[in-house]
Amino acid sequence: MEIQFLLSITTGIFIGGAAGYLGSLMLSKRMALVAGPLGHLTLPGIALALMYGFDVSIGAFPFVILGIILIWLFELKTKLPMEALTAVVFASAVAVAFLFLPVEQAETALVGDISKVGSWETGISGVVALFLVVVIRRIYPKMVLINVSEDLAGSEGVDVKKYNLIYLVLIAIIVALGVKMVGGLLTAALVAIPPSAARNLSRNLSQYAFGAMIIGSISSFMGIVLFKLTGFPAGPLIVLMSTAIFLISIFLKNKGNSGGHLSRAG
Amino acid sequence: MENGLILTVQDLNVELDHRSIIEHLSFTVKKGDIITILGPNGAGKTVLLKCLLGLLPYDGEIAWEKGIKIGYVPQRLPFIKDIPLSVMDFFDLKGAAEQEVRNIVHAVGFGEEFFERKIGDLSSGQFQRVLIAWGLVGNPQVLLFDEPTTGIDIGGEETIYNLLARLKEERRLTMLLVTHDLSVVYQFSTHVICLSRRTVCYGPPREVLTPESLQNLYGGGMKYYQHKHG
Repeated sequence: MEIQFLLSITTGIFIGGAAGYLGSLMLSKRMALVAGPLGHLTLPGIALALMYGFDVSIGAFPFVILGIILIWLFELKTKLPMEALTAVVFASAVAVAFLFLPVEQAETALVGDISKVGSWETGISGVVALFLVVVIRRIYPKMVLINVSEDLAGSEGVDVKKYNLIYLVLIAIIVALGVKMVGGLLTAALVAIPPSAARNLSRNLSQYAFGAMIIGSISSFMGIVLFKLTGFPAGPLIVLMSTAIFLISIFLKNKGNSGGHLSRAG
Repeated sequence: MENGLILTVQDLNVELDHRSIIEHLSFTVKKGDIITILGPNGAGKTVLLKCLLGLLPYDGEIAWEKGIKIGYVPQRLPFIKDIPLSVMDFFDLKGAAEQEVRNIVHAVGFGEEFFERKIGDLSSGQFQRVLIAWGLVGNPQVLLFDEPTTGIDIGGEETIYNLLARLKEERRLTMLLVTHDLSVVYQFSTHVICLSRRTVCYGPPREVLTPESLQNLYGGGMKYYQHKHG
């Protein structure tokens, strides 16, 4: 039992941290909400994984990739806005999932279940999350420049298409990892809330990026500890912990601002 | 390239979304020239700069001198305030040596304490100076500058054009700039390109900017007067 708890905590810290770190790039590209529909897209994959007893991340990943390719193809063919096409694809995926998702496992699919991860799963999640962090760190300055302005990045010789593709693949991987922890419904929270809180508290880019990673890890840690204490599902608790940190960050930000006014006035 | 030419544009045609933006544009730029690109909204001025930077597809020839370094100062960066960047962070994105960045930021008139400031807290005039400094990092020989005066109150003793004129002398720059400000054209530029899909005029401003050419460029209702100096 104790080992199981440690495995859950370890998995949570790794995935939460990597998601927060990548989220800090998504927030500045105004793409934080994209992880929501992408999470929903994974539901048929999660349903298959639950029915046949394999890792939900492995079930989820091909469906995220398929969804991204479909959205991209539809955009190419129809010129409809990306958000409309995303809605078409993700709503269809949810509908398909509920045709064959076993009712007794619906909660696991929707809000995740990290309480039963095995040692292999933990090891693989940890390695993949570390790999993500290394890649994100490498592409970070170029991605920020692209987020500031694709033209400016292009004028500096940055291959914008290549970096956007790497970025999209990273998002697909983090969504597939995230559904293990918070299910198909809540993945957007993992990438949106920690960087939002970090932004309230940071004065420069490294505070923001590493702040998002640390807040992501702490939220997962606290959520899983609370799950152990209360028995409520871990996924929603992890999300609510990051919400609590976000609310505290607003308070601290306002406090910092009013302090600034006082010192300027004096 | 011959005769100090650093850029030759020959029969440039640009089409975006099946709409012709620039047709049959040809001009040359010599080292040390300051070329102003004039034209009404939608005439393709920014598109021309982006083609010169290789950011947009085109037909025709754009030939820069081999190995030339180009700095670009964009019109605006609407998303930059979404990202918590300090001034130093912004320069770090370019991967330049710290000492070079410090020298350039001092050259555009800012002190040491400026590096810690958040980009989002800068006034638009300060931000414009930061953008110019950013364009100058890496020691480019050419600066492409999109609409320096748009909505900018630069403040201080120096106007944006005094600053550019000073930097041009100090760094022996060649510049291509998009502007609407005719007085700047007369004071500052060696050549002007009037762009309205087809080139309406090209040459030294006092020769080619006639009431007729401006009428052609902007249509009726354009108020025209020539600044007299000295």
